[in-house]
Amino acid sequence: MCLAIPGRIEEILDEDLQLAKANVSGVRRTINIGLVHDEDEKIEVGDWVLIHVGFAMSKIDEAEAVTQLKALEEIGEAYEQELRELSVSRIE
Amino acid sequence: MKYVNEFRDAKIAQAVAAQIATLADPQRHYKVMEICGGHTHTIYRHGIKDLLPESIELVHGPGCPVCVLPMGRVDDGIAVAEHPEVIFTCFGDMMRVPGSKGSLLEIKARGADVRMVYSPLDALRIARENPDREVVFFAIGFETTAPSTALTLRRAKREGIKNFSVFCNHVTIVPPVRALLDSPDLRLDAFIGPGHVSTVIGCRPYEFISADYGKPVAVAGFEPLDLLQSIMMLMQQLADGRCEVENQYSRIVPWEGNLAALKSMSEVFELRPFFEWRGLGFIAQSALKLSPAYAEFDSELRFSVPGVRVADPKACQCGEVLKGVLKPWECRVFGTSCTPEHPLGTLMVSSEGACAAYFNFGRKSREREPVGAGE
Ligand code: SF4
Repeated sequence: MCLAIPGRIEEILDEDLQLAKANVSGVRRTINIGLVHDEDEKIEVGDWVLIHVGFAMSKIDEAEAVTQLKALEEIGEAYEQELRELSVSRIE
Repeated sequence: MKYVNEFRDAKIAQAVAAQIATLADPQRHYKVMEICGGHTHTIYRHGIKDLLPESIELVHGPGCPVCVLPMGRVDDGIAVAEHPEVIFTCFGDMMRVPGSKGSLLEIKARGADVRMVYSPLDALRIARENPDREVVFFAIGFETTAPSTALTLRRAKREGIKNFSVFCNHVTIVPPVRALLDSPDLRLDAFIGPGHVSTVIGCRPYEFISADYGKPVAVAGFEPLDLLQSIMMLMQQLADGRCEVENQYSRIVPWEGNLAALKSMSEVFELRPFFEWRGLGFIAQSALKLSPAYAEFDSELRFSVPGVRVADPKACQCGEVLKGVLKPWECRVFGTSCTPEHPLGTLMVSSEGACAAYFNFGRKSREREPVGAGE
């Protein structure tokens, strides 16, 4: 649960509830973007974010996302478990 | 994969390691604590220790939320989960944490409705789907995770969901670090500051470590090279006789933290006067409970919890390992009666726990992947 995993925003689902669709290593799930989406800095489709327990924690650039994904793939089991847990998530 | 190479390039790693070696005074012994369990994992996974001179010792800190939860709180959670009307939700790692009479996984096998969730928002959805049941979310985690619980509770309040509550075990990172600094057991020279927690709280909360205790701090990322660079920054400070808070992870961590996250936390939570930490005992103002505005969602007010302090099993030495006094392999049950498959202590449960990290990677040096290998 302590992992933060990079995901790419594919769709803003609900501005009011601050929900977006993110793609994490091919797993597409709804996440909350309330901590990073405000007047000053809007999250847009195509942006990369670090996701922790279903919430975007910070916006990151693509270079950082690629680096972190590579590192996560290398840690193997813990990341696979995180992806399994993510895959049962149905945030509304 | 050019980006990856920038961080993994063996030449850069070796150059940084060489710089660390020239900065370290061979006559001295340096104790550097990495506060965060994620860093502990990287250190063992990549054999960072092998790149450092003998004079630098890495000491594992208390920054793994599963590890620091005392057994009494696990038992309290289990007591709530055993109510027949309750659907008890928690993160995957929590299911296997041993309580004094078994784990959540074991009571689930005996018929309790315990469900693993990825996010507190999943727990809230389960509450929406089961209006005739009481849904409880077992909230754990440092400031990294607390804002997620806060936003979930805001949503529950806004929707007027009545059958949802949170068993709050969120803790804060600064008080245990202060407790370690005050402890006579341990003389630390410098700190590697946590990465993810700092995205929320920023770097300012660590300033007391340099201002009041005269120790340098470097907030670090999770790549092997991030850790090496932060150790280099710390050794440079020590060599210069400086002590400051530096931010090696500025590409992610803003100095001021995440204001939206901090605001949500201050609205939904308040500090508990005391909270028990595994191995560290009671620490003042080190944990969060729901604020009066959110009291209706507080599981501890909705259900009676035993609230009894339970001592760790005699054989366990998690406390000493959490304080950095013992190394994982020095615990008398390490790898024998305590393994990742059958954890006796919490440090064996989550992959960020020092004992699990060492069990999985540290001791099997053959399988360890050196920094920069093959790139
Ligand atoms: S080996 Fe097990 S009992 Fe010993 S310190 Fe580690 S987790 Fe605790």
